[in-house]
Amino acid sequence: MKKNTQWEYAPAPEAAKIAKIAKRYDHFINGKWTPPQSGNYFRTINPGNGRKLSEVADGNDADVDAAVKAARAAYEGPWGKMSGRERGKYIYRIARLMQERAREFSIIETLDGGKPIRESRDIDVPLAANHFFYTAGWADKLEYAFPNRKVASLGVAGQIIPWNFPLLMAAWKIAPALATGNTVVLKPAETTPLTALKLAEIIADSGLPEGVVNIVTGAGSTGAAIVNHPDIDKIAFTGSTGVGKLIQQTIANTDKRATLELGGKAANIILEDAAIDQAVEGIVNGIYFNQGHVCCAGSRLFIQESVYDEVIWKLKRRMRTLVVGDPLDKNTDIGAINSKEQLKTIQKYIQLGQEQGGEMYQPKCKLPAAGNWCPPTLFTNVTQSSVIAQEEIFGPVLAAQSFRTVPEVISKANNTPYGLSAGVWCDKGARLFQLTTQLEAGVVWGNTFNQFDPASPFGGFKESGFGREGGLHGLAAYLEM
Amino acid sequence: MAKSPTSFRYDYAQSPPVDQVGIAERAARFTTRSIKTSTKREGLDMVLNMIDLTTLEGADTPRKVQQLCYKAGHLHDSIPGLPTTAAVCVYPPFVKVARKALGSNSPIKIASVATGFPSGHLTLEGKLEETQRAVADGADEVDMVISRGRFLSGDYEYVFDEIAAVKEACGKARLKVILETGELATLDNVRRASDIAMHAGADFIKTSTGKISSAATIPVTLVMLLAIRDYHFKSGNMVGMKPAGGISKSKLALHYLVMVKETLGSEWLSNEWFRFGASSLANDVLMQIAKIESGGDYQSPCYFSQD
Repeated sequence: MKKNTQWEYAPAPEAAKIAKIAKRYDHFINGKWTPPQSGNYFRTINPGNGRKLSEVADGNDADVDAAVKAARAAYEGPWGKMSGRERGKYIYRIARLMQERAREFSIIETLDGGKPIRESRDIDVPLAANHFFYTAGWADKLEYAFPNRKVASLGVAGQIIPWNFPLLMAAWKIAPALATGNTVVLKPAETTPLTALKLAEIIADSGLPEGVVNIVTGAGSTGAAIVNHPDIDKIAFTGSTGVGKLIQQTIANTDKRATLELGGKAANIILEDAAIDQAVEGIVNGIYFNQGHVCCAGSRLFIQESVYDEVIWKLKRRMRTLVVGDPLDKNTDIGAINSKEQLKTIQKYIQLGQEQGGEMYQPKCKLPAAGNWCPPTLFTNVTQSSVIAQEEIFGPVLAAQSFRTVPEVISKANNTPYGLSAGVWCDKGARLFQLTTQLEAGVVWGNTFNQFDPASPFGGFKESGFGREGGLHGLAAYLEM
Repeated sequence: MAKSPTSFRYDYAQSPPVDQVGIAERAARFTTRSIKTSTKREGLDMVLNMIDLTTLEGADTPRKVQQLCYKAGHLHDSIPGLPTTAAVCVYPPFVKVARKALGSNSPIKIASVATGFPSGHLTLEGKLEETQRAVADGADEVDMVISRGRFLSGDYEYVFDEIAAVKEACGKARLKVILETGELATLDNVRRASDIAMHAGADFIKTSTGKISSAATIPVTLVMLLAIRDYHFKSGNMVGMKPAGGISKSKLALHYLVMVKETLGSEWLSNEWFRFGASSLANDVLMQIAKIESGGDYQSPCYFSQD
């Protein structure tokens, strides 16, 4: 027997061949693949190796207008008149088709976005299907969902989604809109359009009436065309706080409704009586899940001083076991950074963190030559006034501080313009609830982090946005009551 | 740092809480690691070399123990270069037989259960006497059971003292302390029992006797590994881990190795610090190795000796 083996994991790549990606994708408008009026296409890149995957249509005002007209016609036509029970059948069908093609979807999600196949396979795709299943069940029960309220759909929803959970966000947006009888114009992010377009294939296969779901691809200007279109009744946006503010300015003075799910800088609070090893798992899951490209990421770590050294020691140890690299490898824990631009942003913050006196820790890891990579990063010796403790980095960068008392940590945790999520780790139920009721955040996790469920509403306080997605609250956002 | 097991007492209140949901989540993550090609082959060899090949039946006979000892050193001679198992594990009356079968210079250790295995219902004098006899008969390792009744009643001092006394009776033999986690009810108790055992001088902590239905599981083993890691951090002493009972498939055994590597580090990836207590695991591993060696063909179980 060989002694002192390291027993490194051999490569275990998922076979990407079963995923069919066309050379070029058009818009999906009125149930048909429609070339862009400008004739322009842009490339979508695999961030894991920098190679082109496909090219997709670049939408302009005319494309958006065609999509909105199709959505309006479907709303005035078959979809608006359909019973909830019939609508539910289509949504169930979409959910089942998504499950049947789950493997293909998870591979494409990983190729296009850079997230580890383990996450797209075990989290993104099943959760996306579950959102369709969940809302499908409500489609014919809306009057029971909101007793003593008369409910009516809104009309055409314009939906703009980010690049961090492309398919899941498409599901969060499309499923409740359909269950409540609205029609949809959706724009996926320009760096990750492929799974939304694959979803369009499923939607076509499901026999959903033409024009109920339209997908227009493009960058910021395409999104602006949706926000500005006069015949859209509701804007649902997930993305940065900056763009969210812009949207609010744009739709002021119109009768458009909006739900905005924006940035975050979540506090993850470790109290001294917490189960430390499980808390460390929660810290890792909170910040390094999806390379930290998570709006509710636990990017600010607050550790009670008596356990500070132990937590940091265990955290560093755990960070050394994280596998960074090929997103398609089944053993990868941290995949590729979504785009070159995002990588630059993250690197800028890492630089800034060091300049402002933070102590940086990154485990040694072998990174592939091509592609966008950032090892898991921990900053200690961070202060409340450090930029890395204040601004959303949207990368695998954690800023740790210590605290002594509970009132102190509450005031520090709430001292941010954001308020999307928070986590508390504590063995005492009473103290846990005392804390959670005082944290200004839309979601507060107790002894866990980054748990999502279709039945549970999700959304922010303060500059993290307003409106809720998921659960009955998520349906209410698409209803006139 | 020299080990002085009875020189300090452990503050039992310091055993940290364990979150069962968090443990289950982490445990599930180990099973998603994909172990392929060279890693798999190396892992399978490691598993074989970490097995305490066990027979603990009322129907054991001297001949069965002899066969077991031969098997431990000749797992499957048609595949050259296979390791031996780490040890054979038998009841105390068979230690002499095993020693005779293996000889005095065998790399294969002899482990003997003791202290009124599996229930532990025996007087302390009886436990010590049984331990001393097993060691005198040639046991390299002693697998003792803790007094679960005393533990569950909160008499941690008794449990600590008993382990320390058995450790002393072991002399040079290494002591494995069986917590019988299936009777400890909570993961908090598993953690506390692990801490007590290590502070009282255990060289290994072991999950189960294999005689009750809930034996080794990944979550329980994880809690014990974390206790070992914390103890190592505080004292500088390495303690071994032995999950036993219910691990009969190669794939599951590889999940355990993943857990050991990611929780304790690769220093623990040898039979000095990690063992599997198992009777049928070896043949399943051999079938996997034979499949790899033959280029992908499964062979009938009939080709593998059952001892």
